[in-house]
Amino acid sequence: MTKLLEWLGGAGALGAIWLALLTNKIENPFFRDHYTFLLLSPIIVVGLFGLASLLLVLYRVYTFNDCNDAAAELQKEIVEAKQDLKSLGFKFKDSFK
Amino acid sequence: MTATLSFRLYLLLLLSLTCPTMAPNNKYSILLPTYNEVENLPIIIWLLVKHMNSSGHPYEIIIIDDGSPDGTLEAAEQLQRIYGKEKIVLRPREKKLGLGTAYIHGVKHATGNFVIIMDADLSHHPKFIKEMIEKQKSNDYDVVTGTRYVGTGGVYGWDFRRKLISRGANLLTQILLRPAVSDLTGSFRLYKKDVLESLTNSCISKGYVFQMEMIIRARQKNYTIGEVPISFVDRVYGESKLGGSEIVQFVRGLVYLFATT
Repeated sequence: MTKLLEWLGGAGALGAIWLALLTNKIENPFFRDHYTFLLLSPIIVVGLFGLASLLLVLYRVYTFNDCNDAAAELQKEIVEAKQDLKSLGFKFKDSFK
Repeated sequence: MTATLSFRLYLLLLLSLTCPTMAPNNKYSILLPTYNEVENLPIIIWLLVKHMNSSGHPYEIIIIDDGSPDGTLEAAEQLQRIYGKEKIVLRPREKKLGLGTAYIHGVKHATGNFVIIMDADLSHHPKFIKEMIEKQKSNDYDVVTGTRYVGTGGVYGWDFRRKLISRGANLLTQILLRPAVSDLTGSFRLYKKDVLESLTNSCISKGYVFQMEMIIRARQKNYTIGEVPISFVDRVYGESKLGGSEIVQFVRGLVYLFATT
């Protein structure tokens, strides 16, 4: 089963439950008293999910490691490599000097 | 009777102590697709030779140059003269034909039972290869992928916008595809040779979406995947690009994988 079908299946199942509650096919006193909440619940769920995702992404951007040491180490190694390669007889292109 | 048995056990113990590397002789073929990397190629080769020699694992480096006009192939020929034809294998192609076919082309000439793919632009450091090999051995993984998003992994040279797009795209992919792999678009990976062959044959995407498809299909085929944190140092020479067309390419790739896997 593809991910698309999984999502359609999940959304369909939740949608069916929501519709059944909405049309009172499933009797539930709580949702009868909070009809507006029930009506808006898909929007609320999607909104909360979006908000949580946004916060998670921002947190991960903030905690994304900056590899400054790795970059500095590489710069040193580049110098070392060029010297060693020259001594081994490697001819660098002029633009590279 | 028991004496011979214990003697045999003793022999076995002795053998395992004296030859800790009794595992079959593994060889690692490093595939290096290049296009206009005349400045980076000598450095990456030097680093590869240095780190692979010190790791002690048998290896070869296969350079697949796609007809670079900047003299990358000439530089590769010089490097081959310095390090020898055993270590440096040249398999150039006439023109730019894409990453997927570069791997197929390279694997055909690989003599190792493991294949490592990486970028030649110095964003991937060869020091991580040793860790990837150890990771592979620890659980006999079919694939080991470098990850920028976990543990000590990270990036250098990215601004807020770039990080935001990267993290956002990654989370979206995680939600939609649930791949159980943290870095899908990375291109620093180790594959068992036959696994790489089977994957390249079933992947049709281009560019870095290709890397994403490779790892998703690996998951789909129930290959085991290990991860090693890597630092990604964005292009030292040359330009790194992330524009609108890359984003469109990514979204199309994501939708394609969402609908087909």
